[in-house]
Amino acid sequence: MELSTIIAGFGGQGILFAGKVLAEAGLLEGREVLWIPSYGPEMRGGTASCTVIIADKMIGSPIVDRADHAVVLNPPSMAKYAPVVAPDGLLVVNTTLIEAEPDRQDIELLEVPCTALAKSAGDDKLVSVVALGALVGRRRLVEPETVHRALAIILGDRHADMITLDTAAFNAGYEAGLEQVIA
Amino acid sequence: MTATEHVTEQEGRTIYRRPLLLSKPTTYCPGCGHGIVHRLLAEVLEELGLGAKTILVGSVGCSVFAYDFLALDSVESPHGRAAAVATGVKRYRPDKVVLTYQGDGDLAAIGTAEIVHAAARGERFTVIFVNNGIYGMTGGQMAPTTLAGQRTTSSPRGRDVETTGYPLPVTEMLSLLPGVQYAARASVGDPVLVGKAKQSIKRAFEIQLEGKGFSIVEVLSTCPVGWGLTPSESMERLRDTVMTAYPVGTFVDRPRGIAPKLPQPGSPTRSITEGF
Amino acid sequence: MTVVHQRAAARPQIVASPPRAGGAAGPLPDRVLMKGNEAIAEAAVAAGCDAYFGYPITPQAELLEWMARRMPEEGRVFVQAESELAAINMALGASAAGARVLVSSSSPGISLMAEAMSYMAGSRLPVVLVNVMRGGPGLGSIGAAQGDYLQATKGHGHGDYKVPVLAPSSIAEAIDLVRDAFILAERYRTPVILLADGILGQAMEPVAPAFRRLDKSTPDWILDGAAGRAPRVLKSLHLQPEALEEHDLALQAVYEQIAANEQRWAAEQLDDAEVVLVAYGTAARVARTAVERARADGIRAGLFRPITLWPFPAHPLRDAAKGARAVLAVEMSAGQMVEDVRLAIEGAVPVFHHGRMGGMVPSPDGVVAAMRRALAAGEEAGR
Repeated sequence: MELSTIIAGFGGQGILFAGKVLAEAGLLEGREVLWIPSYGPEMRGGTASCTVIIADKMIGSPIVDRADHAVVLNPPSMAKYAPVVAPDGLLVVNTTLIEAEPDRQDIELLEVPCTALAKSAGDDKLVSVVALGALVGRRRLVEPETVHRALAIILGDRHADMITLDTAAFNAGYEAGLEQVIA
Repeated sequence: MTATEHVTEQEGRTIYRRPLLLSKPTTYCPGCGHGIVHRLLAEVLEELGLGAKTILVGSVGCSVFAYDFLALDSVESPHGRAAAVATGVKRYRPDKVVLTYQGDGDLAAIGTAEIVHAAARGERFTVIFVNNGIYGMTGGQMAPTTLAGQRTTSSPRGRDVETTGYPLPVTEMLSLLPGVQYAARASVGDPVLVGKAKQSIKRAFEIQLEGKGFSIVEVLSTCPVGWGLTPSESMERLRDTVMTAYPVGTFVDRPRGIAPKLPQPGSPTRSITEGF
Repeated sequence: MTVVHQRAAARPQIVASPPRAGGAAGPLPDRVLMKGNEAIAEAAVAAGCDAYFGYPITPQAELLEWMARRMPEEGRVFVQAESELAAINMALGASAAGARVLVSSSSPGISLMAEAMSYMAGSRLPVVLVNVMRGGPGLGSIGAAQGDYLQATKGHGHGDYKVPVLAPSSIAEAIDLVRDAFILAERYRTPVILLADGILGQAMEPVAPAFRRLDKSTPDWILDGAAGRAPRVLKSLHLQPEALEEHDLALQAVYEQIAANEQRWAAEQLDDAEVVLVAYGTAARVARTAVERARADGIRAGLFRPITLWPFPAHPLRDAAKGARAVLAVEMSAGQMVEDVRLAIEGAVPVFHHGRMGGMVPSPDGVVAAMRRALAAGEEAGR
């Protein structure tokens, strides 16, 4: 098993954070994991993305040309990463910000109003955590309980006060993923 | 060992001998000031008993030969980088005495970034900066310290300040930095000046031994070959012309309260340019 | 299956050393996620690095930041220099004084360090220099690249010298190689380059939090003040050509020893390979995935991964390529390592190159396509 996930959107949407949580969850489940951020000027306000690979064996390419999952949180990310999703892969689309439909018939589409759900959960900056919940709800690449533990680890002592909000956001996304919400 | 140990009834009194740290006669050109500065350095280190705990950081230019004549643990630096090399040595061996020995091409041109930042950090080593206003090793080209109008092989009509700027007063510039605990300019122009130069060098090492911060002694020196003068003419020029452009004296001796009358930066509530 | 080969003395014992600082209290987890830059830094701290000098540059800045926190914690030397020039020269000084020194930067900063690297090679001063490569030439991009291969392996600075170059392809391997780099640097009194790239620096992977320590001896050449002995001079200047040639011959003798003893490489699925991929670092990981995909498609592909780029494992590669129909070098460059591959293969098998530049990384499918082209062209050449 080797599953690759790309999470992409604006800087400030918590993309690298959500990727780290997913990677940590993979680690907690005893898998091999790899997390790669976009870095440099991008993380200072432009677009941001990260790649997470979870596998049962040594991970090869850090460059993903056939993503098992792509989570796109803004229109430019949709344009860039929808074509990268492998056939039968999953595209999670943040319908709060993205109106377009992907030009793909061979992939699974999960449309979730991530930003709106994040706002309801308490903070629209949690949009990536909501999207991560939707991804896990639909594809269960890691167990949701593991993500709860991973959230606590990645938040650390410094941001421990955020755990309630983050957990709520993840759960909201998870429910949406389970329910196969079509916006 | 001190000079008095050489006194015996039979031999009479030793009034002149080569310092033990000056391991052999220097081979610099006749009338070159490096030999005098080497000797002063050797005498000072010997008098302070530092010979076996000193590390010399060499440089590039005629000064590169310093480690051939001074019996000290020594490391060579790339051109201009002595202050960075000395930073590495002193940070790892803070209990040792560390000095750089640099000429003006090395320190004041290619090595300005290194010397300024080492001084700004207040690195606790001593800089012996020998300024003869010219690149001697490469055949007498213009240096940043070359005087206005001075002829060199790369300023054949004399240094034109319109196109090459004015001589760089490095020691005065460094004196503005709070990390600099001691900064002085001396000269080898006559025996009295040489004696004062030795006192400055000694004071610089005392500051280092006290662990206070950066210390630098600029020694105005001669380059008869590069200047196109005889050794004695060079000494005259040094006294009459060079020392007019570059006044000798102690600019900073913070432990003794000598410092430029400028507010010292360091306080977040005061402008660093206050007083200008 | 990966077989790692090492022509070297047995590795020293593994000793547990402190994990990443600031970790949660309680027993150590088996593995923790660490960023490559931070793992390299902590590996150096654990290995007993006495002094670190650096200057901020993307994509290696986290290495500097980690050292800014950890080195003072350990009572060791950290200086953020005013430039890469100053950083490497501080390293020169500390190394001369007997310190175990690490310096890091990325491509443009590494170019600035070429001068002092030449001096250190000439003066026989050990240092470990980490290059987290980015796209070039010039200011280039901050994306991961391998355009500094020739710079690293063919000299870097001026004069006749070489330095061992170690190329990790995972963060766990980088941790091991940091320590090995110190061993080589001190064993042969030479600078050593750890050649990583932006992906290795920026990625996070699981690592065992117990890093290995490295004992240190006091060599008989360091500067500590000439107490009770004759003064020592560490220099590269030998003005008489006869004397310099003698010195250069001595250096070359050291390089011969390194070349004979320190070649390392990893072989993956080479036994029956009709096409042999040659790749290091991040490109080797892409190649590994490409090998899997090719094999799924019925192409018998294998991967030869040099771990030492200098000395390049030339004879082992030539042996590994025996019986293959094509050799394909995969790089994040216009084709630099491929020159060494051609020298190693000596025309025995057709050699091809597939590369991306500027911070772009080859994709596994792109490599598979290049493999097919190479096999077809190799066929053509064989007729």
